[in-house]
Amino acid sequence: MLDVLTGGLMLIGALFMLVAAVGLLRMPDLFLRMSATTKAATLGTGSILIAVAVYFGETGVTSRALATIVFLLLTAPVAAHMLGRAGYFQGVKLADATLIDELAGRYNLVTHRLESRDIQPASNEPAGEAEPS
Amino acid sequence: MRLFLMNTLLALAWIALTGTFTPVNFLFGFALGFSLLWFTQRLRPPTNYFSKVVQVLEFVLFFLAELVVANIRVLVVVLSPRLSISPAVVAIPLDVRSDTAITLLGNLITLTPGTLYLDVSHDRSVMYVHTMFVDDLDAFRSRIKQGFERRVMEILR
Repeated sequence: MLDVLTGGLMLIGALFMLVAAVGLLRMPDLFLRMSATTKAATLGTGSILIAVAVYFGETGVTSRALATIVFLLLTAPVAAHMLGRAGYFQGVKLADATLIDELAGRYNLVTHRLESRDIQPASNEPAGEAEPS
Repeated sequence: MRLFLMNTLLALAWIALTGTFTPVNFLFGFALGFSLLWFTQRLRPPTNYFSKVVQVLEFVLFFLAELVVANIRVLVVVLSPRLSISPAVVAIPLDVRSDTAITLLGNLITLTPGTLYLDVSHDRSVMYVHTMFVDDLDAFRSRIKQGFERRVMEILR
């Protein structure tokens, strides 16, 4: 019974990691690739760690597995957020399928200040937006 | 917060007295301590600790369910022969203002597969989220606001 649970969890974990890898290859732009990988990988790693904890059934192993999961959940989104933000500043192209980009034109590209409404309508050029400081 | 510490101490005492140091036993001790504190709550000043613990548990369950559903959705899309995605960068007006709430909300959104928290505006009134599937912008906004933001507000209140 325990073997079935362990095996099932490991298979689920491996499946999600495989999906993350396939998603990395198939998704058309940076943001979609990160969406497909970071989270699937988190859940995959989580399942495998839980499988490890179930298999050994020792307090030391379990607490370490749980701590690893907690730190994964804490760090993965921060890294994804920073990568996505940096990518947006670098002007990474959004996929052609993208329906709408409500962020466009709201960054001051010099000061990196983000407004809640459009700075200048329909202008996303870096030049000319520098304010004398 | 003080009640949470007390509850944890009661759980530790339970572990020490029973002599079995396992996570399950800790949870059992925590539940015992929780009911003990609940029975004696009229002896102390009123508190929202008890409803809060229930809210946090509810939130964890809600989030796990959301996580699994979204993961399966991404799995289906990635493995289907045609990539049926409709990505967008959506601006979501915020009601929460504190650093903690925005950080928590952003992390939860990023952890949910298919959505990625990009940035929050300087005046903290709008959050920008990249998402993999948008059928209806307003429906997506209200799903984030009703599902995540409302619960985050409840927990941190």
